This record gives sequence, structure tokens and C-alpha cells, in this order.
Amino acid sequence: MAEMRQAIRMALHYAETHLDLKDIFGQDVGAPLGGVFTATQGLKTSWNTPLDERGIISMATGIAMTGDRCVAEIQFADYIFNTIDLLKIAGNTAWVSNGNYHLPMVVMTPVGAGIRGSVYHSHSFDAWASRLAGWKVVMPSNSLDAYGLLLSAIADPNPVLFLKPKALMRVRGEDLIPGEPEDQKDLKNRIDAPVNDTRGKWSPKWPDLEDYRVPIGVAKTTRAGNDLTVVSYGRHLLMCNKIADDMKAEGRSIEVIDLRSIYPYDWQTVKASIQRTRRVLFVNEDTDVTNFGEHLALRATQECFYELDAAPRVLAGKNLPGIGLHPNLEENSVPQTRDIEAAVRELLQEVP
Amino acid sequence: MALSNVTERSKKSTGSKVAKANKSTKSKKSLALPKALLLQMHSLMVKSRVLEEHLIKVYKAGDAYFWIGAPGEEAWGVPLGLLVHKGQGPQYDYLHMHYRATPTMVALGMPMIDSIRLIMNRATDRSTGGRNFSNHYCYPEWNVVPVSSPIEVQYGTAMGTAHVQRRTKGHALTIVTGGDAGTAEGDFASCLVWASRPGAELPILITVQNNKWGISTSYDTQHGEKHVADRGKAFGIRTAVINGNDPIETYLALQAEMAYIRKTRKPVLLEAEVSRLYGHSSATGANLIPEKDCLRDFEKVLLQHDILKEKEIKQIWSDYDAEAVQARQQVRDEPVPTPESVWDHVYANGENADWRKF
Repeated sequence: MAEMRQAIRMALHYAETHLDLKDIFGQDVGAPLGGVFTATQGLKTSWNTPLDERGIISMATGIAMTGDRCVAEIQFADYIFNTIDLLKIAGNTAWVSNGNYHLPMVVMTPVGAGIRGSVYHSHSFDAWASRLAGWKVVMPSNSLDAYGLLLSAIADPNPVLFLKPKALMRVRGEDLIPGEPEDQKDLKNRIDAPVNDTRGKWSPKWPDLEDYRVPIGVAKTTRAGNDLTVVSYGRHLLMCNKIADDMKAEGRSIEVIDLRSIYPYDWQTVKASIQRTRRVLFVNEDTDVTNFGEHLALRATQECFYELDAAPRVLAGKNLPGIGLHPNLEENSVPQTRDIEAAVRELLQEVP
Repeated sequence: MALSNVTERSKKSTGSKVAKANKSTKSKKSLALPKALLLQMHSLMVKSRVLEEHLIKVYKAGDAYFWIGAPGEEAWGVPLGLLVHKGQGPQYDYLHMHYRATPTMVALGMPMIDSIRLIMNRATDRSTGGRNFSNHYCYPEWNVVPVSSPIEVQYGTAMGTAHVQRRTKGHALTIVTGGDAGTAEGDFASCLVWASRPGAELPILITVQNNKWGISTSYDTQHGEKHVADRGKAFGIRTAVINGNDPIETYLALQAEMAYIRKTRKPVLLEAEVSRLYGHSSATGANLIPEKDCLRDFEKVLLQHDILKEKEIKQIWSDYDAEAVQARQQVRDEPVPTPESVWDHVYANGENADWRKF
């Protein structure tokens, strides 16, 4: 079972050999390293850029103006903020040009806390991204979805932001990617560069991968339940799954929905679940003032008000300027498993 | 070094020819371009000027919310438009322009009425569908990518089309235009850095139209560099500073620099010194300001050389004026965008973007 960084690498390889992907670029994404998470290692179209985030987004926009497909990386979402007006332009180009130009570009960037990344390697971007009209925004929680969402993103005629939960980059998936060898060691020997390969002489032996798409805008119910709906994405989805599994022993039936796409999002799946369970919790780690979960909670309130047994709730990061390095600081800044569990228990006990 | 200063070259050759031509008394051989081309350039310059002056009238008549444009930049923009290899896709030149693009668009072949539809936000505005200001053109069939109000971002997106052209066999190049004030932004520096990466140089004509103003802030109070073009030298980029008020000098310089880029696939940074005849935009009144007028000066040269007569010049102006009047009349009766059209083209292929319908 591939780690998420391997899944991303394999998707990029599949795209450059089957989907006419011509450029994968960003700071340090090319040989020999292939990115700090090695998610772009061994790819034939990857190249290193100057240390210039605005240049990277501009380059991607310009390439897409010719109709060519590209994947650009911003090394950490913490460094994407100086490109925000360029992201706005990429998002408005089709609209403002009256449909004359569409931009088939993908920007991927690692997001979130969970690896002791301190102030500038822990930012989330999903709430910000949800305000970039004209973009599609996706965020996988496992390797297979990372593969399938990235292929959908690359094939999409619109700009797509692919948020990589950095804490999951080295987490193995539970499902095989179509064409992936079953033996993990075999996969590693084939596609992971030797640690001492500092000159980039190594080349990968790619498995015979197959096309697999996770459609953008389609959520996945990862745990079926009747007492409460929990909606999340990225690394927090795995925490929510664990809580649902753990509380099963207590006879609690918790439904967990992996949103997977932040925009456009799968409201019908979410709404149908809320109407059945009558209670809902939205979980993510971006700061909680003007949080994307607030939008979903507002909508749940407005559309399901008379069917609810509890007030819709959002559990998100605290509205702080950054994530402190010490575990006491980080863990009190973004939701931990215990926080989610506490919120779940409170919601279950709430009496209308 | 081959990158030596084109300024010197242009002063010695083209510049001096023009200077002589301007001073000479009817030395008919001294103009450096053929008569047919001079007449074509003059006609297009008049067309662009008449169009822009009508755009201002449209604004002042209350038929537009805002005007911004390029009267005074015809001697720069028209030769540029004439030298473009026009077409769609990386085999042809790309144009990443700012909001003083009318002369180039007119030279490319844009009908006047398109520009009037744009300023009057009609549903028939093919560049933006009534969404954007005047001079924010977009013509995919001529590789004119959308003009955007931020005055620096085109220097960045230009790198992308040039990158694709670099790997595409052929001679096509990317042209980016912008004002002097916008060069203070980081995207201009990005363009210089990315265009000159060793072994990955870009076939890009980086241009600056230096009119010495950023709205009402003068260049001299904000820029220590004598010429913006000097910044290219640090990157080994070939540079030139030209008199953008002289259409002959401009044509010859652009022709030489574009030929250099087509052949070497390397960048050039070219600064054209230009006038700004009606100020920044309607925000500063859009009234005529007594600066050097490239079109009137060019007409003096053409008269001196018996290329045109006063009467013919008047006729050209009045023909274009009639065309503009007729176009304005027609556009006034054209439909405006429907409220529902706000949702058009958020995503490709008519995909819904409204969360209320998810």
C-alpha cells in the first residue's frame, strides 16, 4: 500500500505519460530530491524554479493560457499567501475573459499542522481557498484518493488547488492503487530514490499504473451511522474515523463523511446524512473565524433547521496568528482527537 | 559582448536617421521605411487616436462608468501590432498587455466597434461580456491574453507562454507591455530572473512604456535608476531605450529586437519613452495635457516629405471620426448583459459554480 507521497508521485507519472502533463515545477521539485516530501521524485517533466512563489503561480497561469497542462507546487501553504492576488486572477480569467481563456492548471501545496512544523510550516489554506472563486479545491485523506483526485485535477479544464495534508504524506493507504504492486518493498525499490543518490543518477522503474479518477465534487461516506454526522477532510478525517470506530463499542453509531472536495462540494450527500442523523459536526484545522465549516454549518442550519436535534457545530483551529512549535502550543491550537471526541459526545447528549 | 547596448546602436543608426529626417528640409530619401508602410502606420495611428478620443467622449457623455486608454502611445503601439506574428497558439506571438493597448489592437485589426462595446459594457463585448473596464482586451485568436487591472501581473504570466514557446519549435515569441510605475512591483523582477535562467532563457520581449507617471506620482520621485532598461543588464539581458514617440525609430527597433529574439530565443528588455496625452484615466479628468504628440509630429514629417497632404490627412481623420460616430450609435442600441450572466464562465463547459445548486 503506497504512502500518500508515493501515490502523488505515481499520479504525476501517470499524467505525464497518459494525460499530456508537460510541466511539474516549483522550488526543489526537480532532480535529485523531488521535493522535501519526495512527492515529485523521478518524474521526467519536473523541474526546479527560482525561489519565487509569485513567479511559480504566474508561470503556471501562462502555461495554462497556451492550453498546456501543468502542476505547480508551492513548497508549503504558509508561502502561498504572497500569491493570493495571482490565485484570484487564475480564478477569474475564464470569467473575466467571457469564456475566452480557460486555465487547465493545478497548484499543489502541503497544508496543516501535525508534524511540529512551527509557525511557517503548519498553516492551513482550505478556508482561504474556499474564497477563491473560479478554482476547484480538493484535499485527500488517503493514498488512493490522492491518486484519483490528482488525476481528476490534472484533467480538469479549470484551475484546481490540490491541498496535501502534510501529516499524511508518509501514511500508507488501505487500498491498492490500480497497477500498484502489492508488495510495499517492491514499490519502494521501484520508485523511491536511494537515500544517497545526491546526483540524480538513479531512475525509477514505474509499475504499470492504470487510470483511476475520484470525481471532483463527490464526497465519500467512510463510516455509516445513524446518531451523528461528522464531516471532515484531510488528516482530521482519519481522527474522525477512529472516534467512530472507538465509540461503536459504546453502541454509538456515527456517520463520517470525507468531503474530499472543498469546492465544489457534495452537499446532497452531507444534507441527506444530516436529515437522517439530525446532528452534525464539521471538523477542520483552519482558523475558526470565517471558516469553511461555518459555511456548511450555516447551510445545515438554514436548510435542515426543523429536522435537527442539536445545533450544528464547527470544530476548527483557534483564531491564532500561527501554530507554536511546542506540543503544548500546537495541540491547543488545532483540533486533537480528544477535542473531536468531546465535541461528538456533547452533540450526542444535546437535548433540543 | 553580443548583449551590448542597443541604445547606442539605435542612436547611431535608426535614431540619427530619424533625427535627420525630422530636421531635413524635404530630403525625401531620408525616411527609413517604405512609403506604403508609413501611410499604413499613420492611418492606424489616426484610427487609434480617434477611437480613444471617442472613448473619452463616451465616458464624458455618461455612457460609460470609466475610461482608461492610450492616446499618445500610438507611435509605440501601432508598430508593435504590425510586427506581431498574429495567430492562435504557441506557434504565434503572445501578447500580455496592460490597459494602454488600443493602438496595438487597432494595428492587429480590431474594429473600432469592439472597443466601444467594451467601454459601454454591452453583452456584445467579446473581450469581457460587459464585466471589465475599457482597454481590457482579450482576443484568443490573436493570442491577446486578458488585460488585467493589476499593473504588474502580465510580466509574470508572459513567462508561461514564453516557456511553452521555448520548447515549441519555431520562431514565435511573447511580448509583454507595461508602464514604468508597474516595474516597481516584484513581478517585473520575476520576469527578469525567469527570462534569463542559464540554459533556459525565454524568447520574450519585455517592454516598458515609460510615460514618467504613475497616476499623479512622477517617475523621478520614486525611481533611482536612470532607465528601467538598465535593470536588465544585471541579468545579461539585451536592453534598449528608444524614443517611443517616433514611430519610425520604434518600428526599426522593434523589428531588430524581435528578429534577435526569434533567432536566438533569448530575452530583450526594451524601454520606450512615451507621452500620456489625457492623463492616467477618467479618474484624473481625461483632459488633453500639453505633452509631445507623436501623431502630430509624425504628420509634420509626412508633410515635409510629401507623403501626405494636409487635405488627405484631414480626410483620414474625418473618415475615422465618421466610423466612430456610427459605431457609437450602433452600440447604444445593443443589449446589455443579463443579471443571470454573472454565472456564465465561472467554470469551463457551463459547469455550475453556484453552491446553492450543489
